[in-house]
Amino acid sequence: MSDKTTTILAEFAYTPPAVERGYAGQTLYVDVSTPSIAAKPVTEEMKEKFIGGRGFDLWLLWHGVKDGTRWDSPENEVVISSGPCGGITQYPGSGKSIAAAISPLTDVMIDSNVGGHFGPYLKFAGWDAIEVQGKADQEVIVFIDAPGGKVTVEAAPADAPTDTHLLGHWLLEHYAPSADDYPQMSFVTAGTGSEHTRMGCLNFSLYDRKRQDLRYKQAGRGGIGTVLRDKKVKALVVRSFPISGDMNAPADLSKLQAAGASIHKEVATFDPVQNHMRTSGTTYLVQIMDDYDLLPVHNFKFGRHPDTPKIKREVWEELLTQGLPDGCWYGCTVACAHAVDGYEVKTGPYQGQTVIVDGPEYETVAGCGSNCGIFEPWAILEINFYCDTYGIDTISFGTGMAFAMECYEAGVLDAEKTGGLELTFGNAEAALEVLHQMGRGEGFGLIFGQGIRRMKAYFAEHFGADPQFVQDIGMENKGLEYSEYLTKESLAQQGGYGLTNKGPQHDEAWLIFMDMVNNELPTFEAKAEALHYFPMWRTWFGLCGFCKLPWNDVVDPKNKLSPEPQKIMHHVENYRQIFMGVTGREIDYDDIITQSERVYNLQRVLNIRLGKGLREHDAIPYRSAGPVTEEEYLSRQERYDTQLREWLGLNPDEMTLAEKMAAHREYRMDRYEKLTDAVYARRGWTADGVPTPEHLKKLGIDYPDVLAVVEKHL
Amino acid sequence: MKVLSFNPERCIGCGICEDVCSETWFKVTDREKSRIRISEGENGSFSALYCVQAGDCIDVCPVEALSRNKQGIVLVKNKVCVGCLSCVGFCPYGAMFYHPDQTQVFKCVACGKCADACPENALEIVEIDTPRAPGLQV
Repeated sequence: MSDKTTTILAEFAYTPPAVERGYAGQTLYVDVSTPSIAAKPVTEEMKEKFIGGRGFDLWLLWHGVKDGTRWDSPENEVVISSGPCGGITQYPGSGKSIAAAISPLTDVMIDSNVGGHFGPYLKFAGWDAIEVQGKADQEVIVFIDAPGGKVTVEAAPADAPTDTHLLGHWLLEHYAPSADDYPQMSFVTAGTGSEHTRMGCLNFSLYDRKRQDLRYKQAGRGGIGTVLRDKKVKALVVRSFPISGDMNAPADLSKLQAAGASIHKEVATFDPVQNHMRTSGTTYLVQIMDDYDLLPVHNFKFGRHPDTPKIKREVWEELLTQGLPDGCWYGCTVACAHAVDGYEVKTGPYQGQTVIVDGPEYETVAGCGSNCGIFEPWAILEINFYCDTYGIDTISFGTGMAFAMECYEAGVLDAEKTGGLELTFGNAEAALEVLHQMGRGEGFGLIFGQGIRRMKAYFAEHFGADPQFVQDIGMENKGLEYSEYLTKESLAQQGGYGLTNKGPQHDEAWLIFMDMVNNELPTFEAKAEALHYFPMWRTWFGLCGFCKLPWNDVVDPKNKLSPEPQKIMHHVENYRQIFMGVTGREIDYDDIITQSERVYNLQRVLNIRLGKGLREHDAIPYRSAGPVTEEEYLSRQERYDTQLREWLGLNPDEMTLAEKMAAHREYRMDRYEKLTDAVYARRGWTADGVPTPEHLKKLGIDYPDVLAVVEKHL
Repeated sequence: MKVLSFNPERCIGCGICEDVCSETWFKVTDREKSRIRISEGENGSFSALYCVQAGDCIDVCPVEALSRNKQGIVLVKNKVCVGCLSCVGFCPYGAMFYHPDQTQVFKCVACGKCADACPENALEIVEIDTPRAPGLQV
């Protein structure tokens, strides 16, 4: 090692096993308290029932935590696993990992989907998952050195930086034996912002061979970075072996190759005329959402804004470097992981530095942009860069900032309460200063960093806020900030956000177009079926190591002629073939859903075990279901008045504005309850949202300790 | 640069070129391992898939396993290729091939063995300035 001078606190020697059919066959347990390191076997039951990825995370967490475990309990764990198909190179989007922990925002399990090289490299280093428990009494680095045949817990020297863009380079310098090893290295890091807030994210690195520099993808949701820093873990470092196309030792490589060649051709043919992800990532959504009145604007009050063209795809295409293979894993031709190179930082402690900004992705543009009334690309890039290096989730930051800005404009906050910051919509400088305060751990940034749920309580207790008003406009569910889609006119998507395990993140279900635009889900039962199938199908990506984007963000137009075009079955078939090709396990389409159902239901039971996970915890803020303020109602008065006539048989001409708003509220909240009933029934749950023993038995997860949890709630 | 050239008017579809190619590079007689593929059209004529050294694949490769040598031939570095098949999907001519016996892709490097063996002189190595689709070089 170049100039590595760290002190070894614990060491575990091992011989990296050959990966067989997608599995290394063991998981890595690290207790940073003691510290101690151990290997745990991956059993056939784990593979059969929980597959990998989020399933393994859940299984390890289930056994690792106690009923009363909270985010900062020593026994809380940061768990990371890719999945059996993670690390294949033949199919785009096959290098994903799921990070999980008990969340500081929600007090239940959070699972966060992330790219980068860490998950596959961890497996190729001999570990299907890593489980980090305990709390260190000094700053530590966990180093998995596969070629060196050891895992170590090391004291991080005082000169090791914390913010990711600096720490990454420091780790390369100190942990890679030579520059030839850079491509085999990957890190999981957080940042100073993670230390001072509950919305800390994890950065997963990848070494970009063309740029010859580090890039990062974020496990953004739910504060896992906060948990990592609470454990005083500065970084997880893996050094793996040079990559090849058969590192997973698949049972039948031909299945992977056939699916891969087919999808790459589809991407090459249709992406340039569909979503342009190869040139501008997910930013194509910005203008589409605005066109359909779905782009969050001013804390989800509105769905469009005249300035949206300033932050639409074409603007980002100009800023993002073109012509590079920007996959977050080898072979991803969807290549959404673009970057702005040579960006000069304009504010804060790194002002004047020239950096790479990873992204921005749609969620960041919409959350930190339009939702906050910010339509200046430089400001969105600046927020994006600092969120990443400080280890802050851009979605929680954006949605949280939108909430704080509305509170400011509504008089709940003022300059005195914010320490002099004028948090009006569009004030990018003020938003950035809050972000820097989160990095420094001071001022209003400390209050803000607690997340919307705790801001609401704080504003009510200390600033005299009307609890109902802040509850109505604070876009969180279970304590997690909403991701960036307006749901007022899509009941199914209200359920897609609320009737969830981890909270309002669109990776469970994205049904707005099916429901609102195409009207394909006309009944509660149809919506409930969609809220069964799609969350289970999307869960499966996270069990196997896949990304969702190649499933439905580029599609051969012939799909429209298929019986169920929304399911894109010719892509589902690709995934089925790959799963069988890697693992050698024959599965059908129903098996895919059942595999997910096991994980989904056990995660629900874990939430119940932790004191949540019931119907009351699936409630949504009214802003996500209907107009909270008069301003909102009047902005869409024609639509809302028409709905009163058509849905409720009322005559709006004879009603006051307050009466009209009250009628909408009653109707909209009532239909959410009816949807909840239908979805719970479809999912095999009681009216209180508890998986029934019969359902758990059917799924083969009726373990005594699982049944003991649900039986208290029957 | 020197590239393979195919004259569809002369091809009789005997497949000798495919056999010679797979024998040259894989030491087996197996059309699926040939770097040139002949197929018969509806009207009884034959067409060929092979690399015309256009190089569209080079920038798609995530690991820089594809490069052009001094003679203009696009080469696959087998030790670097991670078998992602991006180049297979992005080749506009369908001229990058793969086989489950190995992870790496393979392609025509204009070695000329097939041209030497073609009994009808349908294949030859020619000097061109600008790559064109297979069958259009002449």
